[in-house]
Amino acid sequence: MKTAAEVLQAIKAALPQAGVELVNNPGPSAQHSLRLAPADALAVAVFLRDDAELALDYCSNATGVDWPDKEISEKVKVTKVVDGPDGTKEEKVVEETVKHLEPGYLEAVYHLFSMKHKHGPVILRMRTVNRADQVQLPSLTPVWRSAEFQEREIFDLFGIVFTGHPDLRRILMWDEFEDHPMRRDYVDPDDYEYEPTPHDEVLKRAQEHEKAQAGVTA
Amino acid sequence: MSPNSILGEFKTYRPPVMDVSEEGDELLEVAMGPHHPSTHGVFRMDVALDGERVVKLKPVFGYLHRNHEKIAEKASYLASMPYTDRLDYFCSLTNNWAYAIAVEKLAGFEVPERAEYIRVITAELTRVQNHASAIGFLLQEMGASGTPLMYAFREREKILDLFEELTGSRMMCNYMRFGGCRVELPAGWLAKVSTIVDGLPRFIDETEALLTSNEILMARSQGVGVLKPDLAVNAGITGPMLRATGVNYDIRKVDHYGIYDRFSFRVPLGDHGDIYDRYMIRVLEMRESVGILKQALRDIPASGPIIDPKSKPRGFRPKPGEAYGRIEAPKGELGFYLISDGTGNPYRYRVRPPSLINLTVLEDMCLGQNVADVVLIFGSVDIVLGEVDR
Amino acid sequence: MLGEGMLKGLAETAKNFAGSFVSKERMTTVEYPEERIAPIENTRDFPILIYDGNDPLAGLRCVACQICEKECPPKCIYIVKSTDKKPDFVGKPQIYPARFDIDISVCMSCQICVEVCPFEAIKMDTEFELSTTDRFGGLLYDRNQLSKSNEYYNRIHPTEAAEVDARLAEEKAKAEAKAKAAAEAAAAKAAAAAAAPKEAPAAPAAPKPVPAKEPGA
Repeated sequence: MKTAAEVLQAIKAALPQAGVELVNNPGPSAQHSLRLAPADALAVAVFLRDDAELALDYCSNATGVDWPDKEISEKVKVTKVVDGPDGTKEEKVVEETVKHLEPGYLEAVYHLFSMKHKHGPVILRMRTVNRADQVQLPSLTPVWRSAEFQEREIFDLFGIVFTGHPDLRRILMWDEFEDHPMRRDYVDPDDYEYEPTPHDEVLKRAQEHEKAQAGVTA
Repeated sequence: MSPNSILGEFKTYRPPVMDVSEEGDELLEVAMGPHHPSTHGVFRMDVALDGERVVKLKPVFGYLHRNHEKIAEKASYLASMPYTDRLDYFCSLTNNWAYAIAVEKLAGFEVPERAEYIRVITAELTRVQNHASAIGFLLQEMGASGTPLMYAFREREKILDLFEELTGSRMMCNYMRFGGCRVELPAGWLAKVSTIVDGLPRFIDETEALLTSNEILMARSQGVGVLKPDLAVNAGITGPMLRATGVNYDIRKVDHYGIYDRFSFRVPLGDHGDIYDRYMIRVLEMRESVGILKQALRDIPASGPIIDPKSKPRGFRPKPGEAYGRIEAPKGELGFYLISDGTGNPYRYRVRPPSLINLTVLEDMCLGQNVADVVLIFGSVDIVLGEVDR
Repeated sequence: MLGEGMLKGLAETAKNFAGSFVSKERMTTVEYPEERIAPIENTRDFPILIYDGNDPLAGLRCVACQICEKECPPKCIYIVKSTDKKPDFVGKPQIYPARFDIDISVCMSCQICVEVCPFEAIKMDTEFELSTTDRFGGLLYDRNQLSKSNEYYNRIHPTEAAEVDARLAEEKAKAEAKAKAAAEAAAAKAAAAAAAPKEAPAAPAAPKPVPAKEPGA
């Protein structure tokens, strides 16, 4: 049973130029993962599948995760020049909140096992550059056929475009659908129906709908 | 800016191409489903036929997509448990167990011994009734007009009555909790299970006498829908379909989850990977399940805690981290991948559905076969649309 | 011989056919609705609110804590708290639900509301023949439709109700014993306070005006 650190060493030994790093997993399950640079992903995947000792020939699970943009505000001590009480300029140390936006990304996670040696899981991750226009990742379907439908599902529900996939189109939503439902900022279409026990957002929408109706009939 | 603007070429659906082959014959494109008596639910296959032979086959699903994964992000961990019943609605107790294992890995719960035995008993009963129904449905599609199906359902009714007594509901059981089970066994339940388990070998013998040497079954299923072992492994096939090709991979033996180490059972393997092998594997697995049940009923501790004392129904907030937990469900490997961010709702909740992955090779198995065999091959994969679409 | 497998199969079917006339196990059809199978005791269908005694409102156990509303997975419970209070079975004034709606077209009978209720107020019914022709209002059950007496609960789930009743009786006994002990302690304190003024004139400090108190008041 190989740990993630040992697998990382094996990859580095075989492909020294590959961009691979260990991602620690806090929590009791201790399933650490390896983050791959998208450019080297195919080479690493082929090595993992064909290596005699690892023989990770079974890709069990391929899924996507959405990490939206995070606004981080931190208090910074800044020296500012302010007007003193008697008209002179003096320097004062003032605390200011500085906000910066940490860009979000989409992530594809793969769980690999070995049917030959009966070990696993080895977890791979790949991140896109951002969530808006640079959402391409290499497809691992040429290496493991089981990723075929699952990558289609990631494309359908998250919007990651897998280059090299033999047949990339929507799988669960209908083909003319426009948005990507599993993203964290997805908004349901407002198809109001009879809601006798509304809660949270449904309650807000039901109240707005009733107000609109009262406005129309009034 | 919507991502769809750069994905222009992927926006439109590309149906199977209506080719014109060298001799100038046209291909006939048939949409089998979604309203179809033999597609195990709302499922469509776009089949391009040259006469009776299949030239191209594209499965289309998503008709039962309820976005279970998004509902789970808004609901708490416990509230997702009844929704897992509705994934593979034939085998709700194994779905519950897979989710409970994933959360126990995430949070570090330990399951007491009596609860583990109860889990094994309910899971093996689920496996027996699932395989019996799968054989029944396969024969139904072959034209047996319901006789093996109704015999299987007779046994299934007895098992569902057991589940109703234990959990309150026949199919949507919602019985496993994180760290154990929900309620203690009712008085006399184990005796009832014992009686039914003693009657199961006779039912399996009856099914085999009815079906195994039946010439029509053998003619229609031997050599049909052959799947090679290396393609099966690469395509991520699991469950009886994989073992019918000869690959020895049963998660009960590989992962040693629960207390399966204590039971001695064999893993049946097939030689050819055709429909007949898948049928035989399911029959043999039913016999092994009966063996496990007898051992479990003999060894279950008479009393003990049912659930980990650290686990409470409300206010469950696991530490940040992620976990992937899987079991050998009757259909294949059912896995749950959970990412926790420290709050009461999961950040990401993913179901690894065996039925969806097993459909990856449907086209490979059906190419060159007759269209009548497509229905059989599809039936031998044994899918449930609730799991494919979630 | 070709066809031997099929003949073996036909023998099985013939055994089942002939057996269905003589053995109960072979003929499993129950002609519903003229015949009905006895319901299994632990079955669960839709939730009901339990009240003790005869008056559905005065004996209602629910105190509108809204825990079931929060934990319900499809969010089919809708509770509005009352503005006044009424005494519960121990005697303490509690608020009660002015509105308690359950939409049983949404409810999936998962029993989580029963599991999390701290007051044994909501339990599962066994009625499933609930079809109605009113598509919208007919499947929205309000507090009056949901309230069922404790006797009804004992009838449909005898073992479970017996456990619940035993637990509630134990809690009531503990609460009464606590109240009795508190009353005795207060009486003893009052007796000690009444005994103290008799010793006050002997104290060197300025005598405080102590009201004359009857011991044991």
